[in-house]
Amino acid sequence: MSPSAAPHLVRDADVLVLGGGPAGAWAAIAAAEAGAVVVLADKGYCGTSGSAASGGNNLWYVPPDLALREDAMARREAIAGGLTERRWMARVLDETYRQINRLAGWGYPFPVDDAGVERRSSLQGPEYMRRMRRRVHRSGVLILDHHPALELLADADGAVAGAAGIRRQQGGGRWEARARAVVLATGGCAFLSGAFGLNVDTGDGHLMAAELGAELSGMEFSNAYALSPAYGSHTKGLMMQFASYYDEDGDRLDVGDMTAARRPIARMLADGRQVFARLDKAPPGLREAMRQAQPNYFLPLDKAGIDPFAQSYPVRLVFEGTVRGTGGLRVTGDDCATTVPGLYAAGDVATRELITGSVSGGGSHNGAWAVSSGTWAGAAAAAFAARQRRADRPRAAGRAGLRPYGPAGGGPDAAEVVGAVQEEILPLGRNYFRSSEGLRRSLGALDGLWTSVAAHLTGEGREALRARQAAAMVAHGRWMYRAALAREESRGMHQRVDRPAADPRLAHRVRVGGLDEIWTAAEETREVTA
Amino acid sequence: MIEIVSRDRCVRCDICVKVCPMDVFEPGTDGVPVIARQPDCQTCFMCEAHCPADALFVAPLAGPAPAGSPYTDEAALVASGAMGRYRHVIGWGRGRTPGSRLDKNFVFTARLAASGGEGPSRTDASGDDAGVSERQPEAS
Repeated sequence: MSPSAAPHLVRDADVLVLGGGPAGAWAAIAAAEAGAVVVLADKGYCGTSGSAASGGNNLWYVPPDLALREDAMARREAIAGGLTERRWMARVLDETYRQINRLAGWGYPFPVDDAGVERRSSLQGPEYMRRMRRRVHRSGVLILDHHPALELLADADGAVAGAAGIRRQQGGGRWEARARAVVLATGGCAFLSGAFGLNVDTGDGHLMAAELGAELSGMEFSNAYALSPAYGSHTKGLMMQFASYYDEDGDRLDVGDMTAARRPIARMLADGRQVFARLDKAPPGLREAMRQAQPNYFLPLDKAGIDPFAQSYPVRLVFEGTVRGTGGLRVTGDDCATTVPGLYAAGDVATRELITGSVSGGGSHNGAWAVSSGTWAGAAAAAFAARQRRADRPRAAGRAGLRPYGPAGGGPDAAEVVGAVQEEILPLGRNYFRSSEGLRRSLGALDGLWTSVAAHLTGEGREALRARQAAAMVAHGRWMYRAALAREESRGMHQRVDRPAADPRLAHRVRVGGLDEIWTAAEETREVTA
Repeated sequence: MIEIVSRDRCVRCDICVKVCPMDVFEPGTDGVPVIARQPDCQTCFMCEAHCPADALFVAPLAGPAPAGSPYTDEAALVASGAMGRYRHVIGWGRGRTPGSRLDKNFVFTARLAASGGEGPSRTDASGDDAGVSERQPEAS
């Protein structure tokens, strides 16, 4: 895209939703139900894009029974590092329950258990997102597939006024959508690690929002890794509850159960050792049910000719960043507003600390968060749009990777930038086993990359997206590591080898923001949790 | 990664071009889509799920299959029923039961919760990495 070129496609909407995964779909539906004219633009295809579509999705779905809800919240609080808020957990449980029951009404084929009761605590991604697309469409929302957004538009007062990007399957020309409110639902960032279905998640929304001054939170909780076969990328973990692990010599490793095993396995892999897994603890009577529970754990193994019940297979840990991690844009109120007027955050682009704290929300909490935050953000965006004047001549806010301040070219190209970022972010030795020294060294490299990207990097057509994604990943990495330095302790998934204990004085969230200059600040949690 | 678009099976509907979230395919001049950007493939199997003609094969590898790999041998893959396998296992296509109806996830999340897959003793764990956490209610 030539950022200054006249757009080929201009749309007007009350609410523009960026991203067509679950959070974006729920947001679009909620905004349309509130009477707004809604456009949803997806980088890929609404129905297959995003971390939920290709996988299975456990849901934090708990019936409105006081004891069950109390138990669900207390269990999470016990591991969440004191960063959750009870009120948010309760409202997510409420909203998720309500909306998933609507999904059942729309015809999602839930399973029925032996007692004849429909079980609604799990969604299979392809079916879920096929249904959601249909519902979005029937709500009167205009869906623009393969319309990646590259930048936000802003009015003279700094409120968001739309977005612009490229029509990548129609010659790469510019599209522009003017809107009175925008919901960002662009997902987390997995740094093109190749993790199952996550390469669409490159943190584009975080960068766009930060260019309008949005703040982030929890970015130190950004180093989720998941086990997959060493040759592949299929990070489905549920079945690993039946796994035993072995070393190169076939000796069984004493690494504990599924949750505890991760750290010693990560240590071995970081040291260049090989680790093998076999589901030898799976009772034969359960094996068919296992296949039905997680077909996409078994399919890649079947295709590779591996019987995981009988044969051990080599594993690796694949990086899932802030997708299965927790940090993201800070929300300032119940409506999932960001610090930018008119801009709302839903799903993995937003911090999930409020309901999952310092540990991963996995599929379950993150899935519930997508449903709830999407619904709230969509409704709030519609309400904001109804009282917001249309901007006369919005300004295009995109900078690094799109409108360099120096001459184009002269620095590393997009692929080289991505490679250099991955070198700092993906290795277990740097990001899983964090230390002050390592973080500082990586930040030095990333800060240098940012300087070059901001000055020189841009691209045309499809390359415009690659350049912008590269810039987004550099920014993301810098927020992550700056926040990780600020948290001089270990808490949840953020483990510092040089500070192995939790520090009670740091039982608060860490805000981070800025682009050329990055800042961090403490945010006290507003309520004391158990 | 995506390895095969079967010319014999393809019905030239371009659904794969449309649904691939990574924009890997291009419409072909003769109507059969081509794998134009294989390195962008994220091995998510979504094209295989959506292809109505079982004309696609996505290998389980995170990178391209090496030359001579069985993952590029279309005749053998057709013979073994590997083409369109994902569509089959999720129960899409005429006469099939949606895989979600058979979803037994709740059995395994309940097992894990009962075995203490989450608890106060695990404050150093990264939490519910498997996407598993809650004790499932007896009835929902």
